[in-house]
Amino acid sequence: MKSFALVWILCLSLLFRVSAQSTFPSNGAPYNPHTLIAFINATIFTDCETQINNGVLLIKDGKVMAVGEKMEVPPYASVIDLKGKYIYPAFIDLYSEYGLPSTKYEKKTQPGPQMESTLKGAFGWNMAIRSNIESFKLVEHNSEKAEELKKIGFGSVVSHSNDGIVRGSGVLLNLNASKRVNESIIRDKAAGFYSFSKGSSPQDYPSSLTGGIALLRQTYYDAQWYKENKGKTDYNISLEDVIALQSLPSIFESNDKYNSLRAAKVGKEFNIKYILKGGGNEYQRISDIRGTSLNYIIPVNFPEPYDVEDPYDAELLSLADLKHWELAPSNPAALEKNNIPFAFTTADLKDKSQFLKNIRKAIQYGLSEKMALKALTASPASFINAGDKIGALKKEYYANFFISNKPIFQEDALILQTWVAGEPNVYSELDPIDIRGNYLLNMSAGKYKVKFSGEVQKPVSQITIDTTKRSLNFTITKTILNLSFQNDSSGVIRATLNYNKQTKNFEGRGQLSNGDWQTASLVFVSALDTSKKQSATNKPALNLGKVIYPFGAYGEALPEEGGSFKESWNKFKNRYSAILIKDATVWTNSGDTVLKEYDVYIVQGKIVRIAPNIDAPAMAFAKVIDAKGKHLTPGIIDEHSHIALTAGVNEGAQASSAEVRMGDVINPEDINIYRQLSGGVTTSQLLHGSANPIGGQSVLIKLRWGHGAEDLKYENADGFIKFALGENVKQSNWGDLNRVRFPQSRMGVEQVYYDFFTRAREYDASMQAFGKSTARVGVTAPRRDLELEALAEILNKKRFITCHSYVQSEINMLMHVADSVGFKVNTFTHILEGYKVADKMKAHGASASTFSDWWAYKNEVMEAIPYNAAILTRVGVNTAINSDDAEMARRLNQEAAKSIKYGGLSETEALKMVTLNPAKMLHIDDKVGSIRVGKMADLVLWTDDPLSVYAKVDKTIIDGQIYFDRTEDAKLREEMKAERARLISKLILEKKSGTAVVKPQVKPQQLYHCNTLEGVSETITGER
Amino acid sequence: MKKNYIIGLFSLLAVLSNGQNNHIALLNAMAHIGNGEVIESSLVVIKDNKIEVVQSTKGLRLDYKSFDTVIDLAGKHIYPALINVNSILGLHDAEAVRATQDYGEVGYLNPHIRALIAYNTDNLIIPTVRSNGILYTQVTPRGGLISGSSSIMALAGWNWEDAVLKADDGIHLNYPQHVIQRKNEEESHYKDAAKRYQEDLRNLETFFTDAISYIKNPANPEKNLRYEAMRKVLSGEANLYVHVERARDMLSVINFVQKFGISKPVIVGGKDAYIITRELKNSKLPVILNRVNELPDRTDDDVDLVYRMPYLLQKDSVLFCLQMEGNMEAMNSRNLPFNAGETVAYGLTKEQALSTITLNAAKILGISHLLGSIEEGKLASLVISEGDILDMRSNNITLAYISGKKIDLTNRQNELNTKYKNKYGIK
Repeated sequence: MKSFALVWILCLSLLFRVSAQSTFPSNGAPYNPHTLIAFINATIFTDCETQINNGVLLIKDGKVMAVGEKMEVPPYASVIDLKGKYIYPAFIDLYSEYGLPSTKYEKKTQPGPQMESTLKGAFGWNMAIRSNIESFKLVEHNSEKAEELKKIGFGSVVSHSNDGIVRGSGVLLNLNASKRVNESIIRDKAAGFYSFSKGSSPQDYPSSLTGGIALLRQTYYDAQWYKENKGKTDYNISLEDVIALQSLPSIFESNDKYNSLRAAKVGKEFNIKYILKGGGNEYQRISDIRGTSLNYIIPVNFPEPYDVEDPYDAELLSLADLKHWELAPSNPAALEKNNIPFAFTTADLKDKSQFLKNIRKAIQYGLSEKMALKALTASPASFINAGDKIGALKKEYYANFFISNKPIFQEDALILQTWVAGEPNVYSELDPIDIRGNYLLNMSAGKYKVKFSGEVQKPVSQITIDTTKRSLNFTITKTILNLSFQNDSSGVIRATLNYNKQTKNFEGRGQLSNGDWQTASLVFVSALDTSKKQSATNKPALNLGKVIYPFGAYGEALPEEGGSFKESWNKFKNRYSAILIKDATVWTNSGDTVLKEYDVYIVQGKIVRIAPNIDAPAMAFAKVIDAKGKHLTPGIIDEHSHIALTAGVNEGAQASSAEVRMGDVINPEDINIYRQLSGGVTTSQLLHGSANPIGGQSVLIKLRWGHGAEDLKYENADGFIKFALGENVKQSNWGDLNRVRFPQSRMGVEQVYYDFFTRAREYDASMQAFGKSTARVGVTAPRRDLELEALAEILNKKRFITCHSYVQSEINMLMHVADSVGFKVNTFTHILEGYKVADKMKAHGASASTFSDWWAYKNEVMEAIPYNAAILTRVGVNTAINSDDAEMARRLNQEAAKSIKYGGLSETEALKMVTLNPAKMLHIDDKVGSIRVGKMADLVLWTDDPLSVYAKVDKTIIDGQIYFDRTEDAKLREEMKAERARLISKLILEKKSGTAVVKPQVKPQQLYHCNTLEGVSETITGER
Repeated sequence: MKKNYIIGLFSLLAVLSNGQNNHIALLNAMAHIGNGEVIESSLVVIKDNKIEVVQSTKGLRLDYKSFDTVIDLAGKHIYPALINVNSILGLHDAEAVRATQDYGEVGYLNPHIRALIAYNTDNLIIPTVRSNGILYTQVTPRGGLISGSSSIMALAGWNWEDAVLKADDGIHLNYPQHVIQRKNEEESHYKDAAKRYQEDLRNLETFFTDAISYIKNPANPEKNLRYEAMRKVLSGEANLYVHVERARDMLSVINFVQKFGISKPVIVGGKDAYIITRELKNSKLPVILNRVNELPDRTDDDVDLVYRMPYLLQKDSVLFCLQMEGNMEAMNSRNLPFNAGETVAYGLTKEQALSTITLNAAKILGISHLLGSIEEGKLASLVISEGDILDMRSNNITLAYISGKKIDLTNRQNELNTKYKNKYGIK
């Protein structure tokens, strides 16, 4: 047996000599010891599942030779005895920038917009597609950064350039920084990296999240087409590299739960299983995260506790901030509980030395130790298909491991050594002298009691001078102890002593403050009394608050966690499968009918009966609402809204951004959803802004507060797209630098439409021809163009236009373009001079969605009049009043009522302008907009005549469920107050216990209007 | 029966005028006095530029021959002129067009800047505001630490001299705001802002100290326009309007005005005023409260906090009025009555709501002897509406007087309305 093992080892060492040959010349005879090192008597975790007690680990030439229990150690091995110590496979960080140059933000070549790439070479058009970046060609060792990581147990990382939407490939390398990086690279191209953020590119496109998503999607389509038409198209380095990258594991930086879901959706479209680098807030939408079935890389940058002693400062913190502070450490446990595979990363953690502390905190919050180890070793290794090289200690694996004095996840465990590819890094002595005990320091100046306690590796000391206990400064290096202390009578006394193994005493000399030398000895008196030592103090219960949906103000906890979000949600106390509203004044929107003291019965989200005196249903789950004296109307529909959107409403760098979709960037946690529910809004069309003639694709949502983004979307709604005319698209109010992008005049705007629709028609024809052609072989498939595709949908009557417009000339122009190209303008929005061309609009069949009384904010609205809506209505144009404003949307009923004042419409006509009329222009009037049997129960109960300034919303109902209720709202406020108070008390305790705290910071809310541009908003003076 | 007869007689004589308009009887309207009182059926008499008589028509016997004009307003409502406080109305036309903007000046401590001289009575927006019942505006400069002085102007007049009611009624100070770090903001940026905050506070104190010393000195070697402009504020003749939002900063303002002996300070903004009502009341600090039609500041705030704030101040007896400063404030000034109306569903009575845009405003601006309520001896600046002025359904101004003079209620917008209704043949 023994000889077999030896032969085997010899064979391997021969092999290794070959593989370790170097092309580098040696200056003098090389140092290649090829020592076999044996670590014995250790508790070894060979992987996250397997623990060997009393194990042996043999390593040589940077690799593991063998590992096992009771193994023979060859006599020539250098032996390291690790009795009582632990060996773990070194950790792996998949999301690192180690050894790479930091991102350089290129200056723009000129002030103002940059439309084109300034990159020299045969690259693609957009500088955010950095697929050509090969990190393995750029990486260099950085011993300081390597040290930071090795100290906390890491042996290897995947390093990548953290910049751009496509970021090229990352390199897998070991952190043995004393070696040439050549010797450290494990795999040159370990993974492809992606994000939605354009990074350092000075090009304007994409300027928003929705644009980033569109660019990534288009790039994948382009790559597909390029691949299929290899050699037939222009050469393109960027696309060549995108194609190559797709064969690698793909790591996507999302940094947030909702961005993860967005990335997962893109991944699904292109059959890519992204590994998502999350943001640590996955627990806030855990069932959706689970639903992606993807692997995650998770940071542990748990928020530091806040300083809340000043109550005014504390007010600045939102409930979401406070709750995230409390619950962030439970994120890994939530992932484990939901069987979501994940790896840890040190990314986002400013102070890397806090890493293990935070992992232990996560364990304290419910993560299993086994999973913690897996997330640091096996999981990251397997995510990038390197599970045969790193992440475990097995034959032929890299000798990447660390030695700790205790099980690593114990509170006081220390990493003593980290070995990377067989190279040791020593952080603490393996077997320091255990100096703990009670001593007597003998000097002629006096006798002092000295005590060393604490950990063997990190003892703490104390000296008693005249019965007062003081601290004693000391250092111990191997056997030499150096100490100093303050003595009141004779000043500072210093001494250097050496250890005597036999006597356990230290002996040497000391010097007094006057310079006299004296003999000194530290005499061992007794061992420490360990009997008093508490047996593992019980951790106080965590008492964590619940996750609420949405995560923040006015969110609610699910009655039970675990199943699908929808199932749990529907078990809420205020969810009913049937509601009976009794004795209401019902504004039906059928003609002018207002029914007094009528009942409306709702079952499974639909209106089933409208009659006086419907008997109260006996069913226990039905709710009866006494609406005597109250008014019931259809839910308010806001045709023009920019709430509930993430990171930008305008992708305005180009004249057309038809490829972007607002549906990609819904933010279901925007507080404005709840605020608008309190104003009776049930459905909103979220529009792209008005920065360019052809904007992005709209999304229609119902304000189902609490649900995720996809569940907010209005089911089976027709697709819409935003167009815009006038001052915003010609950049009139954007400052003198914005004189570059076409168009700069209304004349140019017309030609933008002719240009794009001409191309869209040709594109559509070629797509259709290709679809019909039978001879696929040899036929070049047209490139799928997301922009032209959206425009072709307009031509094919599958997508409809909402056009931002003000002045009669341009309104007229667009109708002419539409007639000649062959489509209809569905809706003119804003349309403040609609009254001047109402007859033409009627003839064209366009609807109008306008403001009640806005004007004078820029030159093109100087002839806007508040009588507009009334004139349009009287001429016969289907007319709505919209908000374009998060504040105004809360009182659209009042805005509608202004058309009674200005123009003399009736109250029922006015109400229709925020209910039935917008429903018609959004093609949803078969479902909502009036109170009729068979329609959806999207309803509002008002305390007063809904057109009166004195009315407020009592209840807002969507799909037959109560989403806002003034009584429930009052309860929620109380709950929020209590929850805030609980968290603030907890934070105060945290501060008292000595934890470092940070001052609260505010997050100003970004509100979007038509003309909001990320980053350049300051230069804009006009509104809308 | 008798009473009905008399009133009936007058209605036959409605809008009977001898063309001189110096003695007018407005009869039978429901009078909303502005101080909380209502007269169901009223007689309001205008004599020259003043209100001569205000009384109920109950048991009234009146010799109508003594009036030049008698107007029957049965079924209608009469209100004191609404007052638009703290506004750039009159200082721009198309807001985005720089050439029309006249509300901000370069500089940091500009008490000598005077808004009234840029107030353009031929401004395009003014007539659209006037026709909703707002007859006065406090034209106010913006920007810097001290923006300059405001004046109270009528919304009608041949020129600013003609329109001015009270020139230079106060100086506007934008009080430095305690700096809070914003998320994702660079530490250095935050530190710069915090430093600037301290500097602003210091500079402000220095400026006030210097101004006081300058004014006390009878023999200043040279005349200083900036310090001269501070005279009225320091002597207590004019208001000091301190624009400030946060509780912590308002407490600082209370100390500041005490330190410099400012006798007429007014808070403008006051988002947190509801938190420190006791302190405000004790220091007799009135508040020109932010626009009602705004969003709450913090995500966790009660969703109706802004609507309810006026009630919270009323409840705790803080003197306050409403204003429209904010997004598109000039054109939005016409929605002032509806902002007041909005507060009614959240706690104020309708008459209290009216006071927030009439008498309370007049008191705060120091013109309550002239305006703010329908009371004898005050200026005859009155608004007659077909219905409730605070509700957009019924706000319909058919008659209005500024200092006894009937004013023109047409504007470019209703002219265009008529023009295009004619085009389409709409009635």
